[in-house]
Amino acid sequence: MSSLTLQQLLQRRAGFLAAIRQFFAQRGVLEVDTPILASYSATDPFLDSFDLSAAPDTERRYLLTSPEHAMKRLLAGGSGPIYQLGKVFRRGEFGQRHNPEFTLLEWYRPGWSLSDIRQELTDLLQTLGLPSEAREYPYRELFRTYLGIDPLLCDAASLRQAATDAGLTFHSEPETRDDWLDLLMSHLIEPRLPSEGAAFVSGYPASQASLAEVTEDVDGQQLAARFELYINGVEVANAYQELTDAEELARRFATDNARRQALGLPVIPEDTRLLESLGAMPPGAGIAVGFDRLLMLATGSHCLADVMPFAWDAI
Amino acid sequence: MATYSTNEFKSGLKLLLDGDPCSIIENEFVKPGKGQAFNRVKFRNLKTGRVGERTFKSGESVEGADVIDLDMEYLYTDGEFYHFMMTDGSFEQHAADEKAVGDCLKWLKEQDVYTVTLYNGAPLSVTPPNFVELEIVETDPGLKGDTAQGGSKPARLTTGATVSVPLFIDQGEVIRVDTRSGSYVSRVKS
Repeated sequence: MSSLTLQQLLQRRAGFLAAIRQFFAQRGVLEVDTPILASYSATDPFLDSFDLSAAPDTERRYLLTSPEHAMKRLLAGGSGPIYQLGKVFRRGEFGQRHNPEFTLLEWYRPGWSLSDIRQELTDLLQTLGLPSEAREYPYRELFRTYLGIDPLLCDAASLRQAATDAGLTFHSEPETRDDWLDLLMSHLIEPRLPSEGAAFVSGYPASQASLAEVTEDVDGQQLAARFELYINGVEVANAYQELTDAEELARRFATDNARRQALGLPVIPEDTRLLESLGAMPPGAGIAVGFDRLLMLATGSHCLADVMPFAWDAI
Repeated sequence: MATYSTNEFKSGLKLLLDGDPCSIIENEFVKPGKGQAFNRVKFRNLKTGRVGERTFKSGESVEGADVIDLDMEYLYTDGEFYHFMMTDGSFEQHAADEKAVGDCLKWLKEQDVYTVTLYNGAPLSVTPPNFVELEIVETDPGLKGDTAQGGSKPARLTTGATVSVPLFIDQGEVIRVDTRSGSYVSRVKS
């Protein structure tokens, strides 16, 4: 538990920003700053983008939930390894560990594998004085160990049963298998990840691949090639073996938008420019890290508001 | 009654859950990565006093409960109802039944001010102030000089409540009591 003075808070933030920039400069990763107001946004049904129009009758623009698409277009254009440290926006995400506007560190390594970028993440954590020694927890094993179910194979009814067996009650029930998995993950699995130190969760269901490649594991199960990093039980990073197949990406956009329609959520225009350039993007790995959460953990704070100059409800 | 979206949830907000008025104690926003976001809510059922937990999908709306806390002066009881009067100068009166008064009964003193919770305009519960001052009607005679530590003895108050008091306290004295713990705080000089 710590309570920073304003001066300490500002110094820690500035120190972290500088340390991250130095880390990547030493490794020859180029800083980029792509626009955050764009004509497309993330299609993921549960990422809600702020949308706005500059004037009546002008096209709608979105505050981006991450700089992913633009950075991938730079990679396709031959940028080489790049990182970005900037603001992103996610409407409605407000709580102890969420702020609708936050600082995201995102970087891409052409030609690298997930394990390469995991090593680099570990190096960065060490540089920043955060816990970096981490065990890997396969998603499937976590569900088997703590809930006694196979999250890849069991049906929605078994997931529902696991939730009610654990005493959870809902105002209205989750709808899809993935919604149930999200419920179990957030309510019953995450609280059991190590409350001290780092943990990698890997092997997510293919249905939760987002913009990651899908691979087969030894049992022939389709898995998303991604991992998440948790520190002290708090989710701080999300990494992908990046999908480079434009047709598959177009299918995922369409699937997301169909789900959005079913949920009564706004349909997001496809980023056609990304689809056009994806074929030229070199295979590689990318990762997004919540900067404010890292700082929260590094300072022993318990909520994001403690490490932000002004949180959502203070400005 | 208004409905509230999960993003308006905060402690103290009154909701109608399963037909009962409830008050949010704790609201936690959880969201795994890019997945479905939830609000984990701990609440108190204001009718039963029981604490429960429920998960909402973020963005869901819930009906609010018409619950309001008001300061009211206790007037008298007619044997069945306990009559309170608003302290805002309106002289508006409300009659609470024994169930609504509940545990507050043992701290109820005429002309003192209590928090009366109204649900759909009718008293749902009565909460005493944190401290009340009440007269002792019965206790063993006080031991002079014994003002230091030492034992305690039971004392019955005008309201019928029994609290444990230091040995030097006498019958007829007024004492200050913490209603949250039901314990003696100090003697009140008159």
